[in-house]
Amino acid sequence: MNEVFARGPSLIVRLAMVLVFSIGAMLIDTKVENFSTARTYLNSMVSPLQYIANLPGAMLSYSAERFSSRQQLLEDNTKLTNQVTLMSEQLQRFRILEQENKNLRKLMDAPVRDSMHKMITELMAVDTNPYSHQIVINKGALDGVFLNQSVLDDSGIVGQISEVGTTNSRVLLISDVTHAIPIRIERNNVRFIAVGDGSLNSMQLQHVPHSADIEEGDVLVSSGLGDVFPEGYPVATITSITRNEGRPFAEVIATPLAKLDRIKYLLLLWPKETAPAGAIAPGNELTDLLEGKMPVDTPEDPQ
Amino acid sequence: MKLNKALIPASVIVAFILQIMPMPAVIDMYRPDWLLLILCYWTMALPNRVSVGTTAICGIVLDILYGTSLGVHSFAMAIPVYLVAANYQRFRNYSVVQQAIMIFILSMLYHMVVYWLQYWLTGVQFRFEFLWPVITSVFLWPWLFWLLRRYRRLLRVT
Repeated sequence: MNEVFARGPSLIVRLAMVLVFSIGAMLIDTKVENFSTARTYLNSMVSPLQYIANLPGAMLSYSAERFSSRQQLLEDNTKLTNQVTLMSEQLQRFRILEQENKNLRKLMDAPVRDSMHKMITELMAVDTNPYSHQIVINKGALDGVFLNQSVLDDSGIVGQISEVGTTNSRVLLISDVTHAIPIRIERNNVRFIAVGDGSLNSMQLQHVPHSADIEEGDVLVSSGLGDVFPEGYPVATITSITRNEGRPFAEVIATPLAKLDRIKYLLLLWPKETAPAGAIAPGNELTDLLEGKMPVDTPEDPQ
Repeated sequence: MKLNKALIPASVIVAFILQIMPMPAVIDMYRPDWLLLILCYWTMALPNRVSVGTTAICGIVLDILYGTSLGVHSFAMAIPVYLVAANYQRFRNYSVVQQAIMIFILSMLYHMVVYWLQYWLTGVQFRFEFLWPVITSVFLWPWLFWLLRRYRRLLRVT
């Protein structure tokens, strides 16, 4: 203790100043529309910390890659080769169907749907904050990421970009309490809105009438309304329906199809007009894969 | 003599890293409040160096790292740190067990204030899992206290 007498304002005054300042910051952050650009700069300023925090995990997976046995690699290699062969066969059939579908749509004068440009991105950090579900990915404004861009994994929609940094950006997951996504039931095209409820493996459907044609196991796909998510990507399956006549609406719980608790690689989607040069054009997936545009990486236990 | 200047910032940066390091979802639930504990320790040991102001800045940085609304964590951490700063002499004379009990109360207060602010801003539902970090923080405190005191004395940080 080298100061017997404290300098500056007293402790309680300092506390009051901090609390008022914090409330001011909260109000500015939530109520002022254009503050998100300032947050981009703030995010870029603290991103070194995120890179450092990510190091141990990155080193672990790097050493796991280095030291995986030859046997394992050979096994993975055969498995993946088989998978690629099977999938490219499927792709051939799918291309013909797509062409047919396009022709039919043209005959009916319906607008032809364009496929999306994609880019593969990797998970950088998961928010440890239990009140919100957000993750950080390793692509940012430099790669052409934009606000509200859709993010997918291999089985369904994961979320949308909520903040863009220069080299990384933040994704709001569909299970967050502040997130809602317009969906339709694949079976009969009934439209609803699915809202996250703060748990990673459930979402709630809002305003479902008791008489709605909805069953457990129904697959929900994005409806394309609201102009954020493209149409037709799978979102969730319905797991439970409670029809309590005493309440105005049925309570419907759905489970997201994307594996939100084990995200590793993700896909970013661009519409054709705004796609950056680095994105993979639709139809070129396999050629790009062979040229090395996608990270060719041994996947962790494919489950 | 540079080392004793760097110990406090270094420990705070380590706390930030531990606070945001990606963990499997199962363990993640139990992550202790590293930053709050380290700030509490420094406030108790050296209230002229670390106090409410430092906590406010650290809280804002934590908000940016977490992606929460700016000010939530600075608000919630300032209150327990203020309580420590106001009673630092009493705190120093407690045994480690008594200190751990105080940490239980302070950490609980911190989590309740964060929850309350988040409820006000986004309307989250309360779950008891949110309070697991309180328990792990209590068990971490004796070890952290011992470690930081050892280095504070070794490097003669004042």
